[in-house]
Formats: sequence, C-alpha cells, structure tokens
Amino acid sequence: MEHTAPVNPWVALAYLIAGICFILALRGLSSPESSRRGNRFGMIGMGIAIITTLVTHVPLGGLSGAHGPAIALHGDFVDLVTAGEILVAIAIGATIGLTIARRIQMTAMPQLVAAFHSLVGLAAVLVAGAAFLNPGAFGIAEAGVIFVQSRIEMGLGVAIGAITFSGSIIAFAKLNGNMSGKPILLPGRHILNLGVLAAILALVAYFTQDQAPWIFWTITVLAFAIGFLLIIPIGGADMPVVVSMLNSYSGWAAAAMGFTLHNTAMIITGALVGSSGAILSYIMCRAMNRSFISVIAGGFGAEDAGG
Amino acid sequence: MDFIAILSIFVLACFVGYYVVWSVTPALHTPLMAVTNAISSVIIVGALIAAAAAGEAVSKWLGLLAVVLASVNIFGGFAVTARMLAMYKKKERPVAAKK
Repeated sequence: MEHTAPVNPWVALAYLIAGICFILALRGLSSPESSRRGNRFGMIGMGIAIITTLVTHVPLGGLSGAHGPAIALHGDFVDLVTAGEILVAIAIGATIGLTIARRIQMTAMPQLVAAFHSLVGLAAVLVAGAAFLNPGAFGIAEAGVIFVQSRIEMGLGVAIGAITFSGSIIAFAKLNGNMSGKPILLPGRHILNLGVLAAILALVAYFTQDQAPWIFWTITVLAFAIGFLLIIPIGGADMPVVVSMLNSYSGWAAAAMGFTLHNTAMIITGALVGSSGAILSYIMCRAMNRSFISVIAGGFGAEDAGG
Repeated sequence: MDFIAILSIFVLACFVGYYVVWSVTPALHTPLMAVTNAISSVIIVGALIAAAAAGEAVSKWLGLLAVVLASVNIFGGFAVTARMLAMYKKKERPVAAKK
C-alpha cells in the first residue's frame, strides 16, 4: 500500500465505541423487551460518530485539525464558514427528517424506508464524487494521481451507491403505487443485466489504469441503470425483501467509501449493516416461504408473486 | 493504517452483523429494517469529511448536499423506528392475551 496516514488513537477509539453502540442497536431490535434501548444505542452511536468527525475534520480557526487522520488540510486555507455551513446542512436534514417521520402514515412504513435508502445511496454517490474531484484533500492521491487501490474502492463505492439509489426509487414507486406492482419483464433481461454488470466491473478495472473522468461517470450512470433494471422485474409482494436487500447494499456502499477514506467508523458500520441487512432479507424470505435466490435474481417466481 | 488491518476490521464486522440479527422476532422485521437504515447513514461521516475538506469548491458542495441527505435519514430513521416501537408495545398485549 502506497499510503499510510497517522491515525489519531482517540478518534479510532471513539469510532470503535460508535461501532459497539450500533451492534447493541441491532441486537436490541431483535427482541421486543430490548428494542427501545436498542434504538437509543443507535442514536448514541451516530451522535458519537458525527461529533468525533466534526471535532477532528472541521477546520475551526486555530484548531484546524492538525491531527486529523488521513486528511492533510492545507495550512493556507482555513475556512471559518465551513463549520456553520455543516451545522446548517445538518439542521435542514434534521427538520425534513423529523417532519416526515412525524407525519407519515404507519401503513406507509415500507415505502418510507425505501425512500430513506435512496438518500443513503445518493449520499454515497456524492461522497464518492467529492473524493474523485478532490482526491488531494482526502489524502488518496499524490500530485493529482489517485492511488490504484483507492480507485478500485471509489469505483465500487460509487457503483453500489448508485444501484442503491435507483433501486430504492423503484422499490418506493412500486410500494407507494406510483408504479404498478406487477413485475415488468424485459425480454432477455438476464443477459442484459449480466452485460451491464460485466461492463461496470470492466470499467472499474480500466479505471485503475486511467483515471479519466468519463470512466468514473460512466460507471455511475451504468450503475444507476442496473439498479433500475434489477428491481423492475420484481413483484410488489416481494418488495419488503428487496427493501431489506437494498439496505444491505447501502451498508456495502458506506463500507466501500470507508475503505476509500480510511475511516474505521464507516467500515465497521457499513459491514454491520451490509451483512445484517442481507441476513434479514433472507429471514424475511423464509418467513414468507419464498426462495431467496428467486427474489433477488428477479422475476423467476414472478407468476405466483404477481397480482 | 495498512490495508490488511482495515480488511480484518471489515471482515470481523461482517461476521458480527451476520450473527447479531438471526434471532429477530417476525413482528420486529420492519423496525429492525428501519433502524438498520438509520445506521447506514453513517455515510454522513464521509459527507462531513468531504464538506470540511479544503480545495475544490464543487466537491465541498457535493459533501454538504450529502450531509443534508444523510441527516434526513438519520433523524427520520431513528424517529420512525421509535414511533413503530411505541406502537408495537401497545399492540403486544391483546395479541398475547388471545393466545
């Protein structure tokens, strides 16, 4: 590996504690007695992760993150506005989120979760885009040349994020009735899907040789397309499983970006969400007596699911 | 941190995620999904780093937009989970009584 950044032990420790809180949150939600406590652990973990990142990365006047991990803040550029901007951004998001959470009908829960996933997917795409456009600030490039390893992580991260985004939009539209719940079966869809997936992987491989912007953005566009293609053949009845599966994807996207940014909070949490989301969708399939593979591959069992 | 150290953390966390949810009661599937969704907005950490990074203005704005999106998810996700759990508790008793 070409790049080793000094890691502030306190930051790593705080991220570890956040990770433990998230494990306790997932565990807590498994049984009714501990569920509320679990939710609270989740909030605490997220609070720790956010505050730690803000303290170490935001250039606050003289405290310009001298020991921020992996980030070489340019000494000649200390943006005092940044902290304010970030707090405003969080406040806007919080207001929107809390308003939606309060107003939403209980029956609309699955589509709400799907809509929320699309936000995570889009956020992952934006973060990957930011890292690609400004690699120097993330410590993943030397003289404008992005490290090969970071290119792979970035390419995979943006692809998974984009799949999560467009897939969740379709899942939302199907659950919310904006789109027919019936499976849409394109002719030759398996070959088409495999082709697009192969193209994405090939482009990620090519991206390691050439960091031209068109490769990065083509990966993004193709991934948006495959998210759409993967979800349209799945019937409305199977959508809850798909939502859980997309949840898992959003975790993998976060983990991939964690690898890119050398951030343990994102890696631990992304891996947790990714694997537990996959298991949860398997458990949900089993509870519904559906074959996991046929739901995920899309449309194999469409005849009995459509309606 | 070198790649193998990061990879070890990643793989072990995958195993924890794998084992931690197996015993979930069916009634809690949706709340668990909602809380997992809220937790996945840990992507905000990356968004904050991008928003705070100096240099390219475009990437900073992308970061700030990602902060907004992830915050919607964090606050909305945990709030909605709390609402669902509150409902679950009320409903639990009559179901148990019927049995």
